[in-house]
Amino acid sequence: MTENLTTVEQILERKSHPVVRDASVAPTHDMHELLLELEAKGEIILQKVPEPYVEFTTKYGRKKKIPIEHTWHHKSCGHCGHIPGYASSILWLHRQFNLDYNDPTDQTSCTGWNYYASGASNAVGQAAVMSRNFAAAYETGYFPMIHCGTSFGHYKEIREQLVHHKELRDEVRRILDKMGKPLVIPEEIVHYSEWVYAMRDRFVERQLVDMSSITATVHPACHYYKIIAEDAIYDPEIYGGQRTAVVTALLEKLGINVADYSTWFDCCGFGFRHVLVQRDFTRSYAVLRKIETMINEANPDVTITHDTGCVTTLDKSQFAAKAHDRKVGVPVLSDAQVAALAMGAHPFRVVQFHWHSTDWRPFLEKLGINWQKYWDEFQGDLDQIRAGTKSGITWQDADQPINLTA
Amino acid sequence: MPTTLDNWNPGKAENRHPEATYEEKERLFLEVKNDVRYKDFIYGCYECGICVSACPSARFYDFSPRVIAQAIAREDVERIYDIITEDIWNCAQCFSCVRCPRQNNPGGLVTILREVSLKNGLQESKDALQGYSRVIYKVMLKGNQVSPDMLQPDFFPDWGPWVQDFSQNMHVWRKAIPMDSIRGLTDVAWRTDRKTLLELYTIWFESGNMDIIKELDESLYDLLTEVMQEELEEG
Repeated sequence: MTENLTTVEQILERKSHPVVRDASVAPTHDMHELLLELEAKGEIILQKVPEPYVEFTTKYGRKKKIPIEHTWHHKSCGHCGHIPGYASSILWLHRQFNLDYNDPTDQTSCTGWNYYASGASNAVGQAAVMSRNFAAAYETGYFPMIHCGTSFGHYKEIREQLVHHKELRDEVRRILDKMGKPLVIPEEIVHYSEWVYAMRDRFVERQLVDMSSITATVHPACHYYKIIAEDAIYDPEIYGGQRTAVVTALLEKLGINVADYSTWFDCCGFGFRHVLVQRDFTRSYAVLRKIETMINEANPDVTITHDTGCVTTLDKSQFAAKAHDRKVGVPVLSDAQVAALAMGAHPFRVVQFHWHSTDWRPFLEKLGINWQKYWDEFQGDLDQIRAGTKSGITWQDADQPINLTA
Repeated sequence: MPTTLDNWNPGKAENRHPEATYEEKERLFLEVKNDVRYKDFIYGCYECGICVSACPSARFYDFSPRVIAQAIAREDVERIYDIITEDIWNCAQCFSCVRCPRQNNPGGLVTILREVSLKNGLQESKDALQGYSRVIYKVMLKGNQVSPDMLQPDFFPDWGPWVQDFSQNMHVWRKAIPMDSIRGLTDVAWRTDRKTLLELYTIWFESGNMDIIKELDESLYDLLTEVMQEELEEG
């Protein structure tokens, strides 16, 4: 039927159907077989994904196992340092389902942000940092779940390098020997947004806030789906399988209207070095190529992403653009924060909206949430902390879901 | 001079940096070529421009991942030196360029070029990283790239009045976070065990990372070395 069509028509015809994935004809090599070979030779310990897990299809058809619990939460510097509601929302979601997790203190940053910013490291140093963290996770019996998109992409690239270069493995093993640690590579490198994707149906079962009035745009994080692209989750039900399914699948499940915009593939402008010491690039790119385009084409109530740098860049870059009369004012959240809010997480004790600078109040008001009431409640917490009658907020204060729109 | 459409020469580049000898430029290129990742990052170039069309830095600067891939594929020593001294710090490291149909990784090549530039103490790289040393200090010593106390109005005036509000409330806001691993901490992103940090210091010394820091900023090197060695000796 397609033989009479022009090349362009054939492409359009093919793209009008969901993408059919066949792992046997994938254009990239799957290195999981090599991991098994290295394990068989005793070169590495291959840490298996614990049960229960769910399998999802990746870009070229390979099935990827996503663990539901028994996970070791490899935290993100940017989350914990500057957007703590991002990290606390991820753990709050685990706690709602009594899922077993480990929040370790035997963890360093992947140091990838620094490496991408400054180049002040090398392949051996970066691989050793990753391997030390993975060995630390293995020692606990929990399986790594990576919070940061850059750590996720960086680790996947390092895993490829370790698998393909014996000299690198030998050098990393020499360093690990000094700490008495084995060279451990997890069977899958898992990003938390893949767990969110896996859990979306269970989230909806407990959804307390109707989100059908909300229009959102999605910024897919570059280091999630561009680095080792074949490892990202794709779903024919989402964008016909043409883009990664994480984030968007969750929002659609929560009843949010996901609106498209033309610059979805563009990065946020973070730039690693730029966001810290050369923000003219970061601000301009975030506003002109992302936020303003979203407003012109979709006018969203919020934009949702799934990485540290993207939330920071898209949120914090909007203030200065007001001086140039640019179109700004779109609050920025992560998928985990939106899921937690939908399930009744306290907007300040858990989601920590006060760490976000673009005005989020209209978004909460559109959801029917009286944010002032919860802010006043949170101020009461802060007053007690200042007075020394409360040492801080604990999970005991934050676990209970609230009917936020009551 | 940055590479532009007007001055771009599809043949081998001319010598625009006579301050460095050809032998020195070739030596730097061979360091790049000898990196373990080099062969994984360059396979040739179709000149299709897909990498440029996806590149944020190409929209903002006179910067082209295609020129980088081509120069390296051709082993154009003069052009590669131009790139090292003029272009590499403009890359946003987003890796949008890995859409390349030849499976080149121009962003990865930039990473190697940056590393070689630092290891050899090129002034252009020291200039590009001015003001960045405090971040290197934080990540190498504390194991976190950023921390709450880095959010100061003097450093982030463009983030608006939120930064002022934050810095006035930082200590109490940090206590109002339910996660045990980060509650109350202002100088680090999360609580890290002492043993973990000692292992991190071991990695920096054993991997050759400290040699790079020495070339970049000698006083930072002295400071880091003194603190880390003292900690390692205490055990």
